[in-house]
Amino acid sequence: MSMDTSHLRESQIFDRATIHDIQRAASEGIYKIRGFGAKRKLPHFDDLVFLGASVSRYPLEGYREACGTDVTLGARHAERPLTIDIPVTIAGMSFGSLSAQAKEALGRGASAVGTSTTTGDGGMTQEERGHSTKLVYQYLPSRYGMNPDDLRKADAIEVVVGQGAKPGGGGMLLGHKISERVAEMRTLPKDIDQRSACRHPDWTGPDDLEIKIRELREITDWQVPIYVKVGATRTYYDTMLAVKSGADVVVVDGMQGGTGATQECFIEHVGIPTLPAVRLAAEALRELGLHRTGVQLIVSGGIRSGADVAKAIALGADAVSIGTAALIALGDNRPDLAAEYEKLGTAPGFYEDWQAGRDPAGITTQDPDLSKRLDPEKAGQRLANYLRVLTLEAQTLARACGKSHVRNLEPEDLQALTIEAAAMAKVPLAGTGWIPGQGF
Amino acid sequence: MNTIDLETTDLRRANRLLQGRAREGGAERTFTVTNPRGAHALAAGLDRAIDVTIQGHVGYYCAGMNQKASVTIEGNAGVGVAENMMSGTVRVTGDASQSAGATAHGGLLVIEGNAASRCGISMKGVDIVVRGSVGHNSAFMAQAGHLVICGDADDGLGDSIYETVIFLRGAAKGLGADCEEKEITADDRKILAALLQRAGLTDQDPGAFRRYGSARRLYNFKIDNLGAY
Repeated sequence: MSMDTSHLRESQIFDRATIHDIQRAASEGIYKIRGFGAKRKLPHFDDLVFLGASVSRYPLEGYREACGTDVTLGARHAERPLTIDIPVTIAGMSFGSLSAQAKEALGRGASAVGTSTTTGDGGMTQEERGHSTKLVYQYLPSRYGMNPDDLRKADAIEVVVGQGAKPGGGGMLLGHKISERVAEMRTLPKDIDQRSACRHPDWTGPDDLEIKIRELREITDWQVPIYVKVGATRTYYDTMLAVKSGADVVVVDGMQGGTGATQECFIEHVGIPTLPAVRLAAEALRELGLHRTGVQLIVSGGIRSGADVAKAIALGADAVSIGTAALIALGDNRPDLAAEYEKLGTAPGFYEDWQAGRDPAGITTQDPDLSKRLDPEKAGQRLANYLRVLTLEAQTLARACGKSHVRNLEPEDLQALTIEAAAMAKVPLAGTGWIPGQGF
Repeated sequence: MNTIDLETTDLRRANRLLQGRAREGGAERTFTVTNPRGAHALAAGLDRAIDVTIQGHVGYYCAGMNQKASVTIEGNAGVGVAENMMSGTVRVTGDASQSAGATAHGGLLVIEGNAASRCGISMKGVDIVVRGSVGHNSAFMAQAGHLVICGDADDGLGDSIYETVIFLRGAAKGLGADCEEKEITADDRKILAALLQRAGLTDQDPGAFRRYGSARRLYNFKIDNLGAY
């Protein structure tokens, strides 16, 4: 018979998780590094609702009347803009952080539904190029594996300035995930911790970035779009400066965005949520007269459902990008692996040690025995299914708002359930005309 | 020989001619570029064995990501000359600005004057030979290849260096974290002599250089090394 704990009162400030964190720090003497993304409660798309059609709006018939989902990216400067069939793309995740099987599965899943996937730190693998019909090549501060041949194979280039999980921070791939192949691709010794620089080695600031983007265009003969990806912080200004620097597409990653490995204090305490970030970026593009016309906006960080997709688009995104959700679709945190998670001191639904390389699902690992557990075809099929569901859900909501294309969703279709969300998204608090900061 | 005058030819067309993408000029193997006037991204993305001589100063990223080509800049070079070079040779007869040879994977970069800060930052296999001195934090996070400095080095030389080898003739104002002087062997001097030979700096005595590299104490994060960060 267990002890009656009903009379025990847990501290709000020093709750059990906090006490455990202090005890762990006191024991190990080093900050906590983990994967996944922010776990704290944040204002998010759940705090918004669609108004749907009414007397003053006509809905469209589900299963009968078309609702478009395609997005063309980068027509501003590129000879070959990239068109994706659905407004959901796969975010950059490195080979090294992920197994080759996982990268292949991402390519298979994305290609099955006509969207793009993205390389990550560590360069382009044959598996992902071979299985991704549309591949975005990241240009990162570390330049691991960067070469002009791969650059010219890309369907778009993404200059990474930062990511939502760690704006202002570099990457970290711990030694136990450095296989011979990963080490060779990065030109570093095996088994050492591989840091990815936090800033680019040959440019600083928007004036330099403009020249850098021009260089990339000269090398690729102005063929493909160039994105600039930033972690959500000073999003309005970052968007303005990215556009001024010549970006065709701005990618804004909110603080809920995932990571393979970062200090937990970074994940939980740096950056702003996706909700205000999308609104700020869209405001900047509107002010420049380029919203929905010249420059596209891709938003990521905590996208889970078609409702999130539709709300992000309504607030101004042209497309969204998913990372964590894509890994879950592949098989991360699967319930049938409960016994194996227990051996690692965790459970399905809680596994976050993507930095450790012992992923029983074979996704965030370089261990050959664990990696081969992931069947790229089946995992790719699961991802394709998930992407289809996201798209169907977004279309359902768009039709309900009377839109024949998801891009026609707009802030006017939304209201907020909390004052915080109303202030951040700048949509009225539900049932009122009140947007905090804009008077009554 | 083909002469491209940047006073009358725009950058995109000039680069297309050099890259062999333009219809005319594809068979040419020797080019002279005149009136560069600090143009950025000039001769970037070359991927064929041609000789290019640029008569004058260039801006950022000249010969960026070079493959196979031999590019001579008769003047000074702006930020990031030969950045991410894969192969070939780039020679600067004057001085080079910051981040010369940044992240370059291969080839040879020769700077006959001085190089500013972060020369060879994150270099990944390129060989860089500087006749003069280099600025602070040169060979920062340098992963592979050789950096030869015939003059002096400013503070922070080789900070957080990995497996790049530095040969320094003059003095270093200070070494960066995890960079230390190493014993120089007869084999090292042969490698150095060959680098100087390739760079055309045969007046430099390989016996006068010292060798620096990684102490490898920071390769794996340890809390005991906290003071080094």
